[in-house]
Amino acid sequence: MYYFGDPAIWLPFVFAGLMGVSILIYVVLDGFDLGVGVLFPLAGEDEKDRMIASIGPFWDANETWLVLAVGLLLVAFPSAHGAILTALYLPVAIMLIGLILRGVAFEFRAKAPTPHKRLWNNAFFVGSLMTSLSQGFMLGMYVMGLEWTWINVGFALLTAVFLTVGYSFIGATWVIHKTAGALQIKAVEWAKGGIWGLVLGIGAISLATPFVSARIFDKWFSWPEALYLSPLPILSAALVYALWAMLRKMPFAEDRFSWLPFAAATALWVMAFGGMAYSFYPFVVPDQITIYEAASAPESLFIILIGTCIVLPTIMGYTVLSYFVFRGKASELRYD
Amino acid sequence: MEFDTFLLSRIQFAANISFHILFPTITIALGWVLLFFKLRYNSTGDMRWMEAYRFWVKIFALSFAMGVVSGITMSFQFGTNWPGFMEKVGNIAGPLLAYEIMTAFFLEAVFLGIMLFGFSRVPNWLHTLATFLVAFGTMMSAFWIIVLNSWMHTPQGFEMIDGVAHATDWSAIIFNPSMPYRFVHMVLASFLTVSFLIAGVSAFRWLIGGRTEGVRVAMKTAIFGAAMLIPLQILVGDLHGLNTKEYQPAKVAAMEGNWETDTGVPLILFAIPDEEARENNFEIGIPKLASFILTHDWNGEVQGLNDFVTEDGEVLHPRVAPVFWSFRIMVGTGLLMLLVSWAAATMMIRKKRGIEGLPKPMLYALVGMSFSGWLATLAGWYTTEIGRQPWLVQGVMTTKEAVADVPAPMVLSTLIAYLAVYAALLAAYIFVIFYLARKAAKGESIDGRIPPAPKAAPKAVPAE
Ligand code: HDD
Ligand code: HEM
Ligand code: HEM
Repeated sequence: MYYFGDPAIWLPFVFAGLMGVSILIYVVLDGFDLGVGVLFPLAGEDEKDRMIASIGPFWDANETWLVLAVGLLLVAFPSAHGAILTALYLPVAIMLIGLILRGVAFEFRAKAPTPHKRLWNNAFFVGSLMTSLSQGFMLGMYVMGLEWTWINVGFALLTAVFLTVGYSFIGATWVIHKTAGALQIKAVEWAKGGIWGLVLGIGAISLATPFVSARIFDKWFSWPEALYLSPLPILSAALVYALWAMLRKMPFAEDRFSWLPFAAATALWVMAFGGMAYSFYPFVVPDQITIYEAASAPESLFIILIGTCIVLPTIMGYTVLSYFVFRGKASELRYD
Repeated sequence: MEFDTFLLSRIQFAANISFHILFPTITIALGWVLLFFKLRYNSTGDMRWMEAYRFWVKIFALSFAMGVVSGITMSFQFGTNWPGFMEKVGNIAGPLLAYEIMTAFFLEAVFLGIMLFGFSRVPNWLHTLATFLVAFGTMMSAFWIIVLNSWMHTPQGFEMIDGVAHATDWSAIIFNPSMPYRFVHMVLASFLTVSFLIAGVSAFRWLIGGRTEGVRVAMKTAIFGAAMLIPLQILVGDLHGLNTKEYQPAKVAAMEGNWETDTGVPLILFAIPDEEARENNFEIGIPKLASFILTHDWNGEVQGLNDFVTEDGEVLHPRVAPVFWSFRIMVGTGLLMLLVSWAAATMMIRKKRGIEGLPKPMLYALVGMSFSGWLATLAGWYTTEIGRQPWLVQGVMTTKEAVADVPAPMVLSTLIAYLAVYAALLAAYIFVIFYLARKAAKGESIDGRIPPAPKAAPKAVPAE
């Protein structure tokens, strides 16, 4: 068992890493399709169909990353899983109902009689909004240490709005990439508005985190740690600036670089997420339970890890296949 | 207090899982039925099969979406309402759930996109392969979750260290004694549910004038499928019961409504069990039959419920009436399925007239039985799950130990919200199925407003 040192040390670390990667993939992938849902009311009737078309083949798989992330939390850190989810009982329930509404709306809006379509469009928007807001709320509560005080709830309400706007930003960049013509031009406008949600959100969390926890404060502002951390804000600021400059000129001739805003948005998410992961490590429940205390028995983690090493690359493989099959612009209505 | 967090959490869990299981029950088998339609089409080139495929793939997509969203709710339930479960047996339940996510959920979710939207954009073989992988994935989901559920009924292959279960033997955990029975019984249940759904909807289409070739082949597949599988299901159910008798005798006693240990025990057809007086009222039974079914000996000894009460009066068996009644609903539905499917099959075979051989009353009966599979499945799960109480993991932890420390009003509010959403969605689901059937019968395109796939850069590859 002791090939790489004590498994009680490296296994929890590996699983925390896996969980982090799943959450990151989730917020990018489901982030864009939730964002499309949040932007729904801003689009015209047939534009709505094209927006749905741009995410139709993907949303289910995107959401599965959430199941994996929660699953890993559940299986690798059972006591933290209980502590976090019972503390977030209400926002979780709101998120779940939101996910239910938007998930079924995909199918119903396409199959129900035409007069009902409006209803399901609304369900899709409301569901996406509920999901994004509650995820942002949970993010805020988590950052503040999961205590239900007025200040924390106020902060969480703020992050709820920021995350929702942030999702709509990445959603808009996806629409830029997947559509053309008037809708694409609209999406550029949406992205220009949405980018501020992201900036404010990252800013608010960066400001709040060090003051909630003295430990994180030390991690950020002591020497030489501050040096390792400094590329993150600098790079992020540069990216935001580049994005802004680019969006002002989009769409370019012959639709060149229509993928670039989405890629840049993804890079921003990755950095924001990296910063958070760095700050909170080694805790799963902020300043209360570390990944080492919460971890399941090594023999159980080991048997999952073996499977993961085989299965995860396969999943990545066919995910890429699916994005390849459905590459290009979302077309007009056609059921194949 | 009557409605405490514990009771509310149980109701909420039962509501969520009952809603969830409705849809996997359909998708597990419907995936294979679609593959069958597709393969028939591939080999014969006959458009009838494609017509059947095109109609039922829509029901599949709808059911799948319902299954996915309710499943996501399920995966959060453990943390929000039953944190004690994972803390105590997480070392065993965790890996099983993880394997379900990794080997099944991603497979289904990714290839579903290709199956639904990729027909004209990938080669035909890849589309068929995607259909297969989705069917296979749903089957794998069912396998892993049934492994976990069965382990909760017949746990083995672990040891308790400081009150936490640690796995010692994974093959013993996965192939636990009740797993093969439960898995086979569940898969057959799924095929029966789908058969009766297809038969019911096809009968409906036929009745309102949609007499197409696609309806014909769908009806044939459904009726002969059901007629072949139902005897098997009854056999497997019987074996499942014998297995339960060995490992959970209190559950079987409750299913039989048998209070006293005795020989030559009658099979009770009807009774109103009275938990207070510990006896049955209005009992109607067939002498000695229960002994025969359970021991294969007319005078065999059968354990009664009173054996599961301790000296100081603590009751260690589940509540009798719900188990007793759900079991009868399941078996009753099963017998009705046998009757109806065999009658219909005989009518269809006679004079080789297929669906035309079915008289109107039979068509109406089939429409009425469209959702009989749901009824039997739910009743079966209620027998199984309520029959396990007060245990959550038989002999290892009670349900009460697992419950979360969340205020009751909070649980109540979410419970009401879930119930409202579920009721609305269930109504919409059934409505849309019959709406699509009516549209198809009128010859209107049902392809309507399906979200189209993004257009591929190269020219789409048409099906052969
Ligand atoms: C179409 C559905 C369906 C039909 C027609 C039947 N069952 Fe069933 N039954 C199920 C669907 C089901 C189920 C939903 O799949 C259950 C719940 C858990 C499980 O493994 O299967 C179940 C459970 C279940 C159990 C409980 C096992 C336990 O202790 O966990 C028994 C003893 C039977 N069945 C026996 C029968 C018999 C004797 C039937 C004869 C007609 C029958 N079932 C028909
Ligand atoms: C799929 C069909 C299922 C149905 C319809 C079902 C139904 C139920 C019901 C009605 C109860 C409540 C028992 C009572 O109140 O006395 C229950 C309990 C429970 N079942 Fe299931 N069950 C199903 C499958 C599963 C599976 C697959 C699992 C686990 C993997 C599971 C885990 C539990 C747990 C944790 C409880 C305890 C909570 C409670 O008592 O309400 N069930 N289930
Ligand atoms: C407590 C128990 C359960 C949990 C936590 C659970 C969880 C889930 C989740 C998260 C999904 C969505 C997967 C996706 O994103 O694609 C799902 C779907 C599915 N579940 Fe469950 N489930 C439970 C019980 C059951 C039972 C009892 C069965 C069947 C016997 C079942 C069979 C399926 C199948 C076949 C799917 C595939 C999708 C579909 O057809 O809807 N599940 N489940």
